Amino acid sequence: MKSLAELQAIRDKAKLELNMRHENPDAIRVLVGMATCGIAAGARPVLNAFTEEVAKRNLQDVTITQTGCIGICQFEPVVEIEIPGEDKVTYVKMTPEKVAKVVNDHIVNRNVVTEYTIGAYK
Amino acid sequence: MRELSLNVMDIAQNSVTANASLITITVNESDKDDFLDIFIEDNGKGMTKEQVQSVIDPFFTTRKTRKVGLGIPLFKMAAEQTGGYLTIESQVGIGTKVHAHFVKSSVDMTPLGDINSTVKILIQCNPCLDFVFNHSTDIGEFTLDTRELREVLGEDVPLSTPDVLEWIGGFLEEQSDIIYGGA
Repeated sequence: MKSLAELQAIRDKAKLELNMRHENPDAIRVLVGMATCGIAAGARPVLNAFTEEVAKRNLQDVTITQTGCIGICQFEPVVEIEIPGEDKVTYVKMTPEKVAKVVNDHIVNRNVVTEYTIGAYK
Repeated sequence: MRELSLNVMDIAQNSVTANASLITITVNESDKDDFLDIFIEDNGKGMTKEQVQSVIDPFFTTRKTRKVGLGIPLFKMAAEQTGGYLTIESQVGIGTKVHAHFVKSSVDMTPLGDINSTVKILIQCNPCLDFVFNHSTDIGEFTLDTRELREVLGEDVPLSTPDVLEWIGGFLEEQSDIIYGGA
C-alpha cells in the first residue's frame, strides 16, 4: 500500500537530488499540445510515454509539460521540443511509439528526427 | 472523445486558464442506481450568466471566448446522448462548477476510461495548483488531496518530482482497484 511514510522517504531523497542540480539554464522543455484538439487526437498517451521514457533513462533537466492549441489541429498530437540555443522543433502526428526515438535521437543525441517533424508533412 | 476522462482533462484545463488555485474533481458512480456523475469545481475567476450561455453553445462562441471552444459542447453531448444532462453554475470572482450526469447503462454511454491518468497529468502539468480527486462506487470511495501531499513534501519538493508522480499513480491505482472490487 502507498503510505504517506513512503512519500516522506521520497521527499528526503528528492531533497538531496535537488541540492545537487539546482536550476540549470540548459534545461530542455518538451511541450505537448493538450487543448481539446490535442486530447481528442491522443495527446495523453504521448505525454505519458515521454514521462516514462525520460524517467527510464533518468534524464535530468528535461521538463515535460502541456501547452494549448497552437492552431494546427489537423496535425495533433503536436509536440514541441525546446533546447536552449537551438531552434524549436515541432513534431506532428505523434504516437507513443514514436516517443522513444525522439527522446533517444533528439533529446539525448541532439539529432532532430526529421521524418516526424511538421516540415515532413507540409 | 473516446473516454470521459479525456473530457475531464479538457474541462479542468479551463479551470487552470481561469486562474484557479484549487480544482476539485469528483466521480460518483453506481451500477445499482445506474448513474455516473462527474463534478469539476474550481475557485477561478468565474463567468457571468452570458458567458455561461456562450460556452454551452458552440455556435455562439465569439473570438473573446474562443479559448473555451468545443470542450463544454462535447462533454454536454456525451452526457445528453445517454439521457443525462450537463449544468454549469458560476459566479464571477468565486468560481465555477460543472456537473455532468450520465445514465450508465445507456448504449451510448462513453466509458469513463483512465481517469487516474487524467488526474496524474493534471498534477504533473500544474504542480503549483492544488487538486482534490474523489471517486466513489457502490463498493467504496477514496480521496486524493494534493494539499495533504504538499504538507508531507514540504516546500522544496514539487508535486511534479518523478518519484512523487509515481507514488501518486500507484496510490490512485491501488485505491481504484479497491473501489472496483478487485485487489
